[in-house]
Amino acid sequence: MTTMISLEEVEKRFDGAAAPAVGSLSFEIAEGELVALVGPSGCGKTTTLKMINRLIEPTGGRIVLDGENVLDQDPVALRRGIGYVIQHVGLLPHRTIRENMATVPRLLDWEDARVASRIDELTEIFDLAPDLLDRYPAELSGGQRQRVGVARALAADPPVMLMDEPFAAVDPIVRGRLQEEFLGIQARLQKTIVFVTHDIDEAIKMSDRIAILNVGGVLEQYAPAEEILRAPTNDFVREFVGAERGLKRLALIKVGDLEIEDGPVVAPTATVEEARRAIDASGFDWVSVVADGELLGWVDRDALAGRTTVSEVTPRRFSAYVTARDSLRQALDSIVTSRTGVAVVATEGQHYRGILTLERISREIIS
Amino acid sequence: MTGAALAVLGQTDTQPLIQWSWITDNFDEIASRAVQHVWLTVVSVAVALVIAFPFAVLANRYRWVIPPVTWVSSILYTIPALAVIALLIPITGLSLTTVAIPLISYNILILFRNTLAGLDGVDADVKEAAIGMGLSRRQLLWRVEIPLAMPVIIAGLRIATVSSIGLVTIAALIGRGGFGQFIIQGLNEFFWTPLVVGVVLSVAFALLADLLLVLFQRLATPWARAAGVRAVAT
Repeated sequence: MTTMISLEEVEKRFDGAAAPAVGSLSFEIAEGELVALVGPSGCGKTTTLKMINRLIEPTGGRIVLDGENVLDQDPVALRRGIGYVIQHVGLLPHRTIRENMATVPRLLDWEDARVASRIDELTEIFDLAPDLLDRYPAELSGGQRQRVGVARALAADPPVMLMDEPFAAVDPIVRGRLQEEFLGIQARLQKTIVFVTHDIDEAIKMSDRIAILNVGGVLEQYAPAEEILRAPTNDFVREFVGAERGLKRLALIKVGDLEIEDGPVVAPTATVEEARRAIDASGFDWVSVVADGELLGWVDRDALAGRTTVSEVTPRRFSAYVTARDSLRQALDSIVTSRTGVAVVATEGQHYRGILTLERISREIIS
Repeated sequence: MTGAALAVLGQTDTQPLIQWSWITDNFDEIASRAVQHVWLTVVSVAVALVIAFPFAVLANRYRWVIPPVTWVSSILYTIPALAVIALLIPITGLSLTTVAIPLISYNILILFRNTLAGLDGVDADVKEAAIGMGLSRRQLLWRVEIPLAMPVIIAGLRIATVSSIGLVTIAALIGRGGFGQFIIQGLNEFFWTPLVVGVVLSVAFALLADLLLVLFQRLATPWARAAGVRAVAT
């Protein structure tokens, strides 16, 4: 992977401050990677972000963006090549949505036709209603403004985006939707993104890697979310990541990442004797009924009493099942809400694959 | 003045409020006083704006500019217009300039304060986003800050304009008072008609100028109604 952004011993001392806001910070961001900068207030995450587009001038070190030191470039030209989104969006209130989105293309002297077709494209990508385009920002909802803010930042198709708490100002439901939407767009566009947030859960959800900063811009850990949750490097990270580390990790691991146990299975044609043997071997008191791969349901020991073959009993349907693409968190939910005490894993087409037990999941988290 | 006014009141029984023949007889005079009144108003507001605006832009960026500009313009504001006119007569004579100078100096304070308030009121997030997108300082000023300060700047222009229209009448003392000339004449001659004409025209002009500025603001800032922006007046 090629490096897109490289911070080399970057330092920022504000005039009159006793300690530097950012001491000597070095890390690299690969092309197409979404990196979240998280940390408590005063950790210099926003300062770090703003040094990349020189809204704040570093007092030391180098920031190399796409092979060039940003400090050697004209800041105005530099910024036109970097998408920038802030918490309160900052749409120009006196310009329509269309004009807002056209801001950077206009600064870059794009021709009218090119600007117009780009706005059409963005309207589609961000699923904006075309009649919004001629309204003023004050006439939009908070969620719509956030989307326009991100669309505007992408207007000139910059390779790099800087996002400072871009979804923090909207309510949790809208935030969740905007995050999902943005992840979908990012999966297509593969921009290099630096994303500042104070919310560790947002960082876990959105990022490829998380940089956890301590006060003074000290990089405590820089790793994918799963690794930070599994193996925090020190007490600071452990505390920052917070309680429920195990639960948070569950959300990041897919059912398909685990080996799935077969579980007790019989065909409907099996005899009750065979079914009982399967139940005894499994340690449960029920058995799945699977006909040619298709999951019919389950029967328990009591239901088999007085029968000769399994087919004489109507299997009870599993209330829920999970697929390989679901997270362990969803599997856990399935376990704790089902009578059988396991999560049944099936394909999208209801083909039986096996089961996940609580024990198996906790073994994964402990390891 | 009070005696004269009472004397005028005393004659209301014997004299009609308006003698229409006086208006037709003096039409040319009324027209030339109207031009004088409009001209003095426009010049005093326009020149004050040209002086106040750059100071407000500087003060918005460099806060230390505020106290000296405020002191000087406040001191100018406190000097009575009559005194300024009297002091200027030896220098600029009985000219329109003598009248315009105090008017301009009053308007500087009004327009400086409003323009500064307008610029200061521009949302910091909007400015940050604009700079972050790559607007230069100059582009930020002309494309973002000034347009967004417009409602408050226009509010200042309305105050300056209306107060100037009233103040111009004082210059009737040196014969340069626009419609004020008729007011003085009416008081001196215990004659209702010119007094009424002077007052009515002066008030009508003030209302008309204010209305035009309101219309201008509506046209210039269509976004402000969407945003529910309320102009603040100092």
